[in-house]
Amino acid sequence: MLTSVLVANRGEIARRVFATCRRMGLSTVAVFSDADAASPHVADADTAVRLPGSAPAETYLRGELLIGAALASGAGAIHPGYGFLSENAGFAKAVLDAGLVWIGPPVRAIELMGSKVEAKKLMGGAGVPVLAGLDPADVTGADLPVLIKASAGGGGRGMRVVRELAGLAGQIEAARREARSAFGDPTVFCEPYLENGRHIEVQVMADRHGTVWAVGERECSIQRRHQKVIEEAPSPLVERTAGMRERLFEAARAAVKAIGYEGAGTVEFLADERGTAGERGGFYFLECNTRIQVEHPVTECTTGLDLVRLQLQAAAGDPLPPGPPAARGHSIEARLYAEDPARDWRPHSGTVHRLEVPGVVTEFAPPAEPGAPGGPGVRLDSGVAGGSFVPVHYDPMLAKVISYAATRGEAARLLASALARAKVHGLATNRDLLVRVLRHPAFLAGDTDTAFFARHGLDALARPLASPESVELSAIAAALADAAANRRDARVDGGLPSGWRNVPAEAQLKTFGSGHGADIEVRYRFTRDGLRVEGHDRLSLVSAAPELVVLDVPGDARGEVPGEAGVVRRRFEVARYGALTCVDSPLGPVSLIQRPRFADPSAQVSAGSLLAPIPGTVTRVGAWVGDRVTAGQPIVVLEAMKMEHAIAAPAAGVLTALDVTVGQPVEVGAVLAIVDATARSAVDGTQPGEPA
Amino acid sequence: MSVLRSALDTGSGAYAAAAAAMRDKLAEIEAEHAKAIAGGGPERLDRHRRRGKLTARERIELLVDADSPFLELCPLAAWGSEFAVGASIVTGIGVVEDTECVIVANDPTVRGGTSNPWTMRKSLRANDIAMRNRLPIISLVESGGADLPTQKEVFIPGGRLFRDLTRASAKGIPTIALVFGNSTAGGAYVPGMSDHTVMINGRSKVFLGGPPLVKMATGEESDDESLGGAEMHARTSGLADYLAADERDAIRIGRLIVKRLNWRKRGPAPRATVAEPLYSAGELLGVVPPDLKVPFDPREVIARIADGSDFDEFKPLYGPSLVTGWAELHGYPLGILANARGVLFSAEAQKAAQFIQLANRSGTSLLFLHNTTGYMVGREYEQGGIIKHGAMMINAVTNSTVPHISVLIGASYGAGHYGMCGRAYDPRFLFAWPSAKAAVMGGVQLAGVMSIIGRAAAAARGAPFDEEADAVMRAMVENQIEAESLPLFLSGLLYDDGVIDPRDTRTVLGACLSAIHSAPVQGTANFGVFRM
Repeated sequence: MLTSVLVANRGEIARRVFATCRRMGLSTVAVFSDADAASPHVADADTAVRLPGSAPAETYLRGELLIGAALASGAGAIHPGYGFLSENAGFAKAVLDAGLVWIGPPVRAIELMGSKVEAKKLMGGAGVPVLAGLDPADVTGADLPVLIKASAGGGGRGMRVVRELAGLAGQIEAARREARSAFGDPTVFCEPYLENGRHIEVQVMADRHGTVWAVGERECSIQRRHQKVIEEAPSPLVERTAGMRERLFEAARAAVKAIGYEGAGTVEFLADERGTAGERGGFYFLECNTRIQVEHPVTECTTGLDLVRLQLQAAAGDPLPPGPPAARGHSIEARLYAEDPARDWRPHSGTVHRLEVPGVVTEFAPPAEPGAPGGPGVRLDSGVAGGSFVPVHYDPMLAKVISYAATRGEAARLLASALARAKVHGLATNRDLLVRVLRHPAFLAGDTDTAFFARHGLDALARPLASPESVELSAIAAALADAAANRRDARVDGGLPSGWRNVPAEAQLKTFGSGHGADIEVRYRFTRDGLRVEGHDRLSLVSAAPELVVLDVPGDARGEVPGEAGVVRRRFEVARYGALTCVDSPLGPVSLIQRPRFADPSAQVSAGSLLAPIPGTVTRVGAWVGDRVTAGQPIVVLEAMKMEHAIAAPAAGVLTALDVTVGQPVEVGAVLAIVDATARSAVDGTQPGEPA
Repeated sequence: MSVLRSALDTGSGAYAAAAAAMRDKLAEIEAEHAKAIAGGGPERLDRHRRRGKLTARERIELLVDADSPFLELCPLAAWGSEFAVGASIVTGIGVVEDTECVIVANDPTVRGGTSNPWTMRKSLRANDIAMRNRLPIISLVESGGADLPTQKEVFIPGGRLFRDLTRASAKGIPTIALVFGNSTAGGAYVPGMSDHTVMINGRSKVFLGGPPLVKMATGEESDDESLGGAEMHARTSGLADYLAADERDAIRIGRLIVKRLNWRKRGPAPRATVAEPLYSAGELLGVVPPDLKVPFDPREVIARIADGSDFDEFKPLYGPSLVTGWAELHGYPLGILANARGVLFSAEAQKAAQFIQLANRSGTSLLFLHNTTGYMVGREYEQGGIIKHGAMMINAVTNSTVPHISVLIGASYGAGHYGMCGRAYDPRFLFAWPSAKAAVMGGVQLAGVMSIIGRAAAAARGAPFDEEADAVMRAMVENQIEAESLPLFLSGLLYDDGVIDPRDTRTVLGACLSAIHSAPVQGTANFGVFRM
């Protein structure tokens, strides 16, 4: 009998599995890399085993270490979570060979689905609709656009869209390289690319006694770079297309039966709403994921099921009831990533000072049904807690925020509100983008497809929720909160009025960087008649404390509303972490960096310094100290999140410092190299710009 | 605990008239403050800024802790003189790294920051405050040296400036010089006599004699940098302890120096939690009647400055023309002496002498709220010993060693000014309200006395008395005395530390008491012989 489960994973999914284990009375074992030593998933588990090192290849991808950890800690079973080794048949086999229970499908099923090329053939044979495969060598202009995929890939990695024939060969080569580095298998294949495809998947559950459930469908069409961002159940397309659910469920069951599946799995389809590749409302098999999905909570919310419990029961050989419960209501999940959508989705690493989502009714479990006590509401599955450090080595997903309500409209409104009001302090996130999508008329109309960001404009969608005027008001609040803190902390004259002068001449000045545009200077003075902020004559102070500032703000800049009715009272919650100041208000969350009153000259970055734009690992260096470099010449190449980023010389000059070596991980902002535009080359003695 | 109950009728016509008169006077003072703030005027300020320089006040703003209070001292110095209001220097008490310091900043936009006689007096007053209250001194130096046309008044007494710095140092009071520009000839001794000096690369110029003077003296050809540049002083002469990159950097370093002083105040700390007065400070505008002949109750003032309006009165039934009692202000214990009906009689003088001795026993600072026309005159009072009783009070005030603060809220005439701890009696701080007047006596009285004496002299000579000339003389003297007893005039002469808005009184006193408590507070039992 199962008594203890090791989760060979990290972050929110480890915590998710532990939560079910606790509910089932099972002991829990965590594994952790050095970078994760202080992560919440370690604290959640009864027992934890260290995996020395931090890179995935040294830690969460080391099957023998994970099995050793299970044996050492007395865990009888291994749950792989998602990602890492979750779909690695060799690992599953090794787990079983070690006498442990593998909480996942049979090895053979993983093997069959491991190769996408083979899986497609198999599914075509089982009567599951598939898109015609294209041999990369035979692609013609008529086939365009096409999608290149890694056969061993998953989670969108290694996928590339090709729209011009000229680029095909290069893209295939790049995709092969990426596939080899990410999955150890360079095989790639091509498919017709559906511009307006919709990603619809079916959650399946199978026991070893022949019962196969199609539990429910999910739609995950809102994607960035082929990675899901917002997922929901049920699918708006399926809801409005007669008979589609039945056909989908049938195909999913057929797919699972064809490979003798057991446990939880997901059959993914690409739906062709407009009939680009065939009939309208047709759908085509993409892949079968032989593991728990990131987005499983939306299905849990609408069905009330605990899918992880079902996984554990299936692994123990327990039979499923004859059919799944009926779904009710609507659930939407948003993935909160530490990344900057406006800057090429750059991942951010660093400390999450605070992550608080208002209105959370459950964590790692579905809220009660609409109408029942405790439901509906917001569910939070978070991998981080206040003070957590998000390392560079792993996926930058911080948390999943899931809403559950009677209708889709209410679920979207609830989730948007929870996200907009969440306190997420410390890292740049995609939160504002999520809120804008959830409030977008096209999203609310159910018109979601994989090209959503391209169609509606990523620039507009990624725009901060706080307008420039709101950012300025937030900066004023930040300045006043800082002033209140300064008065509170003053060791002398703390009882005297803030910034008091018997001969007033200069205003108090605080400067903030907002990450967008010029710094904001707040000039203010407390006078006998109240607060005076330069440039904001009609603003008045209600109260200012270090954590809360209340202002009366003219509601209409043009002064059209007469008198007092035009004044709006606004509350700003202010949190400070060193120079970082986070201001939360209904006007939108704002992160500010308070500029120091004095710059320490020794802390200045030398001119010509190349800074790491993202956290990552150095994969290549393009020049050596003393080399003469040209403007735009790549000096250092970083790999982060499976993407390559070249950092180029800003101007012609001589490389006077190179502070990194290949393989070295670097934090954002680290000085990688210095190009001196005036120095003389050590190699040939020429000045930059001179012919060599 | 005895909470004062205000009887001030803020709805009355008298209140409104008093407040209106006070507002007029405040506007007048504010206009003079604006002159001090304007420094050398827009053109010079502009030129100064174009050179990448900060103004004296901007330097101070950067030097003091963000959002901390700054009490500027003697902003009206040189008012009524040929020199600019403010005397080309800004002085005050500011908080730097949680340490109260006396800050002295030359205003280089006014005649190159040169020192005229008023500049000197204002600097010396700042030094006095630093020494008496044990406050570190930070000099923000940029001065062209002495104002040469008035050198006879500046040169010889001005030597005290440098004497003070090293005396302060000898007493363990840190002295810091941040040199922003010229600091030459005598001025070179400001960094020279300071414990810590910061110079700014390419900006500071510190030498005894510049190139022309050196050429005249020895024939040597030289330049500014080799004679007194910051880099030279940092690397070669050793006069500069720190070489700053620019003005902000110098101020940053100055703050770091203060932080490393590990300064500890020696006086008792204030109470941690303080109750605000029960009555609005705004009402202080209407307490003092425009005509000082009309008496007012100083308890209305005390009720608006004392913590919780809590005032335990001492001897309330004896000598009622002087209110004495105990209170706290911003958490600091305080004995208060306040004139109630102008005149000091024997009883009031004796009550004051006793009260001052009690404050010395308990180590309690004293606040004098002036509204006195002096000690009572007349046969009965002379025979009753008013001189010896007044002397008792002056003896007690003079020899008392607890800190004193004086605020002239109304009249301060005659020996009453002395008994209430006027300027000559070295209060730690002395401020005036715009409503104040100080002189040997009122203008009308003085003119009248002169007229009577003139009439008597004419009678003695048997000459006819020229009534017309007497009327002209009386009017002239009256006007002159009136003008010379006003706060602007007296503040211009450095007879006070500034004219303050009555509504700021509690804050000013709180800042002063906090500064005062940087030094130990110690009473005495050692007074002069009290003539009984």
